[in-house]
Amino acid sequence: MREITYTEAAREALAEQMAIDPSIFVVGEGIGERGGNFNTTLGLYEQYGPMRLRDTPIVERGFVGMCAGAAMTGARPVVDFMFIDFILDSMGELLNQISKVQYMSSGRIKMPIVLRGCIGIGGAAATHHSGSYYPIFVHIPGLRVALPSTPYDAKGLMKTALTGDDPVLFLEHKLLLNRRGRVPEEAYSIPFGQAAVVRSGSDATVVALTVMLPKVLAICEDLAREGIEIEVIDPRTVAPLDIDRILESVHKTGRLLIVDETFGPCGIGAEISALVMENGFDDLDAPIARLNGLHTPTPYSPTLENAVTPDQAAIIRAIRDLLAE
Amino acid sequence: MAPSSEQLLALYRTMTLIRRTEEQLARAHQMGLVPGPCHTYVGEEAIATGVCANLRRDDVVFSTHRGHGHALAKGVSAREVAAELFGKATGCSQGRGGSMHLFAPETGLMGTSGIVGPSILQGAGAGYSFKLLASDRVSVAFFGDGAVSNGAFHEGLNLAAIWDLPVIFVCEDNMYATEVPFREATPNQNVAERASVSYGMNALTVDGNDVLAVYQAAERAVAHARAGKGPSLIEFKTYRTRPHAEGMRDGGYRTAEEIDLWKKRDPISVFKSWLVAEGQADSDAIAAIDDEVKGIVEDAIEFARSSPFPDPATAADFIFSAQE
Repeated sequence: MREITYTEAAREALAEQMAIDPSIFVVGEGIGERGGNFNTTLGLYEQYGPMRLRDTPIVERGFVGMCAGAAMTGARPVVDFMFIDFILDSMGELLNQISKVQYMSSGRIKMPIVLRGCIGIGGAAATHHSGSYYPIFVHIPGLRVALPSTPYDAKGLMKTALTGDDPVLFLEHKLLLNRRGRVPEEAYSIPFGQAAVVRSGSDATVVALTVMLPKVLAICEDLAREGIEIEVIDPRTVAPLDIDRILESVHKTGRLLIVDETFGPCGIGAEISALVMENGFDDLDAPIARLNGLHTPTPYSPTLENAVTPDQAAIIRAIRDLLAE
Repeated sequence: MAPSSEQLLALYRTMTLIRRTEEQLARAHQMGLVPGPCHTYVGEEAIATGVCANLRRDDVVFSTHRGHGHALAKGVSAREVAAELFGKATGCSQGRGGSMHLFAPETGLMGTSGIVGPSILQGAGAGYSFKLLASDRVSVAFFGDGAVSNGAFHEGLNLAAIWDLPVIFVCEDNMYATEVPFREATPNQNVAERASVSYGMNALTVDGNDVLAVYQAAERAVAHARAGKGPSLIEFKTYRTRPHAEGMRDGGYRTAEEIDLWKKRDPISVFKSWLVAEGQADSDAIAAIDDEVKGIVEDAIEFARSSPFPDPATAADFIFSAQE
């Protein structure tokens, strides 16, 4: 099978679906002729023109609110934020309108909208270009949150996002964008709420989110040479969250670590931990462990930046501590 | 084009329907039958009436917290509006919305909103949809003077202008944003000028208590949008004669004299006198409409009163498009 990058894979799903569905249009800054700061729309403007690849002024609240109205009246907008940090200027439209219209209208109006952008720490992007924020979105009823970690998932989850009728946050870690992986040329979709067991093992379960997945997998190969077999789960979407798959794994291993770059307090690890406690307490042989990025804005200088996101050493330490419990 | 006598009587009928419905809803609120907030449109009926009379059923409107009039003028039944305010399963939002969240997409009411500003952006977005899908439908965004210093106003007008979207922005300037006077909220209270000078938009200021003037201004703006010529803004000068919301103290920010002055400019009684004076209708025709509307409103309130409340087991339904 051919290998393409994560960005190419997501773009392939977008291009496929734009060819099928004339109601899809993309808005954002530099997503027209330029093809997107991260090449998310490269080549599409030439094919579809400005009505469907719409460069915008820098008015996130304005175009997010506008896209809400478009989604309510027969179009299927894709908002390309470039950096997801910029979504914060539109939070009222997102949390008070987009997430609530289907509910407020008792399902009489649909809200098919995809909100995509790069997340995460890396490249000395500093604190206004390094945010992830997905625990905030997971907290709000009415939003879907997809966190693809591989090119294969990027294509399949984008397809699902573009064919459903719910608002979807599609969040792409900037350190994953150029990673290559096997991706089928034909169309396929990955349903939301289905975690992937990326690696099987019986000694402990590690849930790894987005950019933490490749880091965790590399460590697991090293540990396997010592005879330690870690089961690695990638939730792929955190709203909905496939807690059943995680519980099955914990039933087998008895130990659970959640590795996530985003903040610990009220985070994804806290939620998974509580759910496993409520539904799988008797399976646990050790306290559930969490490894998160530091609860701090993201600093600029590389030595500081490296210090706020979980690195290889911290992950190995966390796994060994969990096994020693 | 001058409206026919039949069209003029339809304008009278819609204004009267809004007024009588809201009078009964205010009463019901006092009696505790409307459990939540109730912002009436009393005194402003000519605007929703004159604007929506120019719309097709498949055109859409996005409204505000003061939205009963927009809903009724767009064709949502008095039964569905009343039942929603009563919190009943038969309401237009099946009891999940209430007064500030009325939805009836099949009649083009795309929502009233408890937040000031989004109607402007969503109205622009519907315009984007219609242009993208090569439809000749148009979109109307209603908002008050309280929205025009908000970023949504500037962002929404700007986007609609640069992309020539088929949108009519309707500013209902009732002089107060909740209880803050417009004159204290901005150095330039000329909303039409803001739209025309800042955003190059077709814009004008009209007496919002003169339903005929409203109708004619909206007729031109709708035709402009439907012809693909882009957005317009109409600033209507008006006044609400009841408090910001039912049951709220109404003193301290405006005088009794001012309220009395505007009551004399009541859009319904002024129009009724004009109809008779101009020979467009006789008093029998008007009395017949008054009777018909009275019956509709009595039926709506009785319908709301006797309808069932929603099943508590459904409280978390409709969060997503497919039930889980």
